[in-house]
Amino acid sequence: MTIWQTLILASIAVLALKLLGYLVPPSLVEKPTPARVANLLTVALLSALIVVQTFGGSTGIVVDARIPALLLAAGLFALRVPFIIVVAAAAVTAALIRLWT
Amino acid sequence: MSDPAVIERRAAIRASFAVGLAVAAYGISFGALAVASGLDLWQTCFLSLVMFSGGSQFAVIGILASGGAAAGGAAIASGALLGTRNALYALRVAPFIGGPWPKKILAAHWTIDETTAVSTAQKTLVGQRAGFWWTGAIIYIGWNLTTLLGALIGDLLGDVSQFGLDAAAAAAFLGLLWPRLIQLQPVAVAIGAAVVAAALLPFVPAGIPVLAAAVVAVVVGLTNWLGGREATS
Repeated sequence: MTIWQTLILASIAVLALKLLGYLVPPSLVEKPTPARVANLLTVALLSALIVVQTFGGSTGIVVDARIPALLLAAGLFALRVPFIIVVAAAAVTAALIRLWT
Repeated sequence: MSDPAVIERRAAIRASFAVGLAVAAYGISFGALAVASGLDLWQTCFLSLVMFSGGSQFAVIGILASGGAAAGGAAIASGALLGTRNALYALRVAPFIGGPWPKKILAAHWTIDETTAVSTAQKTLVGQRAGFWWTGAIIYIGWNLTTLLGALIGDLLGDVSQFGLDAAAAAAFLGLLWPRLIQLQPVAVAIGAAVVAAALLPFVPAGIPVLAAAVVAVVVGLTNWLGGREATS
């Protein structure tokens, strides 16, 4: 398989999955249990994405400057600092730690 | 100013810009990483234009970087597995996305983490729709521009991690999660999902830890474990 074929097939798959959700009748998610599951799915996937983004690397779990940056971000979110400032602060924190170590 | 619909709409648009600009900026690292993993400029931009789902895009280039064209099958499977959550997001946003099918198809293309998170965080229909379309437009335009920029300067940039963009992405996901952690049940699910993802991370292919973590939400959601407190409060 060529790189182009891979990219095209993968893109079709991802777009088809997005469309799939619009083909299901809306009444399904208005019932309490599917709605609760869908809400919790967002929470679970975001939480897992944080873990993967923070600890992911070429060799299993990687501990580096991303962890203090994420802890700082959590503290700033708790203090209700605006999203974009927190994200920038996390990037600067990680960059500075990498510069000095 | 006293019209609640106007206030809701403005609040949704503000959230769209805050989330959209922060996440779109991360496209620079995608563009740079994609070029570094062997894609050319057109292939890199194709992914952002047509696939348009950050997690899936990173998964695809990650697998191609390690396995080359021979790993195409694994790259497709990994991208699709990470994209399954968009189908679930579509279930959440479809009820308030009205209109004819061309509009729904565009909405489907823009149904990603951020549009779902911003729109479902709004309390009214006006706010939900504004949040979805504004976030979608800002990220689609921004993500593609920064992908192109990242691909162009990828060689100069070198290792994107030294700029802290990977940490910025983690912080962005945390910012999306934070407003949802207001009850015991979602907090428990977030912790459980994080533990599952971390436990699997060293042992399974890219994309699987995130999908496995979804099982935690399904189990807790179906049994409504820890859900009693929210009913009585």
